[in-house]
Amino acid sequence: MLEKALVGSKKYWAWVFFLGLLAVSGCYYYYRQFNYGLGLTGLSRDVSWGLYIGQFTFLVGVAASAVMLVIPYYLHDYKKFSKVVILGEFLAISAVLMCMLFIMADMGQPMRFMNIMLHPTPNSVMFWDFLVLAGYLALNLLIGWVTLGADRKGVPPPKWIKPFIYLSVPWAVSIHTVTAFLYAGLPGRHFWLSAIMAARFLASAFAGGPALLIILALLVRKLTKFDPGKEPIQALGKIVAYAMFLNVFFLGLEFFTAFYSNIPGHMESFVYLYKGLEGHHELVPLMWASSVFAAVSLFMLLFTSLRKNEGTLALACVLLFASLWIDKGFGLIIGGFVPNMLNEVRTYWPTRPESVITAGIWAIGFLVLTLLYKVAVSVREDTAGIEIEH
Amino acid sequence: MSMDRREFLKMAGISSILGLGVSAAATAQNILGQGIAPDKVITNPEALTAKHWAMVVDMSKFKTDEDFQKTISACHTTHNVPDFKNPDGSVNLKDEIKWIWKETYEHAFPEEDNPYMDEKLKEMPFLVLCNHCEKPACVRVCPTQATFKRPQDGIVMMDMHRCIGCRFCMAACPYGARSFNWRDPRPFIKNENKEYPTRTKGVVEKCTFCTERLAFGKMPACVEAAPKGGLLFGDLADKNSEVRKIVETRYTIRRKPNLGTGPSVYYLIGGNEHA
Repeated sequence: MLEKALVGSKKYWAWVFFLGLLAVSGCYYYYRQFNYGLGLTGLSRDVSWGLYIGQFTFLVGVAASAVMLVIPYYLHDYKKFSKVVILGEFLAISAVLMCMLFIMADMGQPMRFMNIMLHPTPNSVMFWDFLVLAGYLALNLLIGWVTLGADRKGVPPPKWIKPFIYLSVPWAVSIHTVTAFLYAGLPGRHFWLSAIMAARFLASAFAGGPALLIILALLVRKLTKFDPGKEPIQALGKIVAYAMFLNVFFLGLEFFTAFYSNIPGHMESFVYLYKGLEGHHELVPLMWASSVFAAVSLFMLLFTSLRKNEGTLALACVLLFASLWIDKGFGLIIGGFVPNMLNEVRTYWPTRPESVITAGIWAIGFLVLTLLYKVAVSVREDTAGIEIEH
Repeated sequence: MSMDRREFLKMAGISSILGLGVSAAATAQNILGQGIAPDKVITNPEALTAKHWAMVVDMSKFKTDEDFQKTISACHTTHNVPDFKNPDGSVNLKDEIKWIWKETYEHAFPEEDNPYMDEKLKEMPFLVLCNHCEKPACVRVCPTQATFKRPQDGIVMMDMHRCIGCRFCMAACPYGARSFNWRDPRPFIKNENKEYPTRTKGVVEKCTFCTERLAFGKMPACVEAAPKGGLLFGDLADKNSEVRKIVETRYTIRRKPNLGTGPSVYYLIGGNEHA
């Protein structure tokens, strides 16, 4: 099926070339980082994780969100999702791939990454995170490829794939729960030490991932002959609305616990992020932008007329995605490190090499996504009009 | 060693092929990461040993800034800790690596201060270092066991050759005791101590309670360099040890004890003459 990614319009190739260019720039800076060390980033002994780990965390959520299509389609027999479910699975594949690249970019000794497998350590959450991510990637590759291959031949997918599909549901939940546990079990990092962290992660994932999928589905319809359909997009819109409501609610719970208890350690990170602490305000504009985007997008999603209009729905999804990206891909990580363990405010801002590497990894992810979608769309265009029971 | 690793492996390989004894094969296996059973390790009879190494810090013994500097630099020069400075001479906070350093009371013991506290006390310097916790969070999170707790004496160690540089331990340590090599540290080591390894970029490091000195019967470098009685080092599990007597009979505090990490570094309050 891969050969379908090798034929395309001029626009398609221009887009592939553009992503390739970004990826190459990222590789160039990564080469420099590889030689010099992570000192090329804005990180320090005080803020020791930053943009890379933020992107990783955010993208685990995007990957997990495929389950929001798999559950209705395979568990509730919601047939309308038959066309978009493959888009979700392929999005998951590219998201997990980006996660792994961000982990590699963040490693001080990337050549030693196999040590995680050579010295398996069950008490380390990172060991489990590595396992579940690799497993999730394998599951989605398998499921996506087999179901699409069956579609192409015009036959239902083989029965043996079903257990893998069912397995992918709890597996998706597990990848984001385990990722939350990276943070939620660390003594002394009050900002992260919250029982609701995993739930919050899942809520934001199930809002952000499907929001991206809506944007992608609308783009696919606009740019190709394949129409994912109006109804699945509306159904996704409802999922995004519920999940975003939960996400904002959970964030509110964090605020309540921190500020009603009035415990300084619990309040300080929030104060740093939203108001500034000891004269440091680096993240304040970003965090407020995230809050405004969240409020506006939620408002738009809750109003049926705005949600039903695909133009305003798309706008709401873009705002929502941006809001969650800032909140989870940046603020959540930095906030956990400021103030530091000695109660000093030491700040962080990504450097140019770090930003280009980050953009490069996103470009690689979108390149893979583009190729996978190209295959899926081409198969769909070939079999247009044929509906197959899964 | 006059033989390098490659040659040694070659020899071990050839001799085991020729059946020149099981020991060579066993050695080769150890090199491949099987390790030696703890009871098979022969310790130096002069080595200082303990069940639970611990430190008591008596700040009243540190009178001048020189007392601090001597103690800190004894550690940092012994262990080839690089010195990162900005062009203006101040510490480069982005690359900084430190094993033991001076911290004011309000930072060493955050949230233990009060609004009426004398500025002098708030700003009072304390020496801080790795606490060699009884339940170390860094060890719990490390995905490769590159940081581990020695079962025999409780020292929290680092294997710089296994560390993958993920920095999970830095996120987990509640004391900020860990540093990362953001770049090649070697050009920033003024006088290299050939007796102790330097590190490569991309690995985490921290205080090791001078295991390399204990193995030769020597006290940790900081303890030796500190003013008399300033840093006391001993076996907390031994009822007759000086550190145990002080911890039992005097008022001591530990950093963030409410986190359940069980720090092994105790700060003696009200110093003066002790046990």
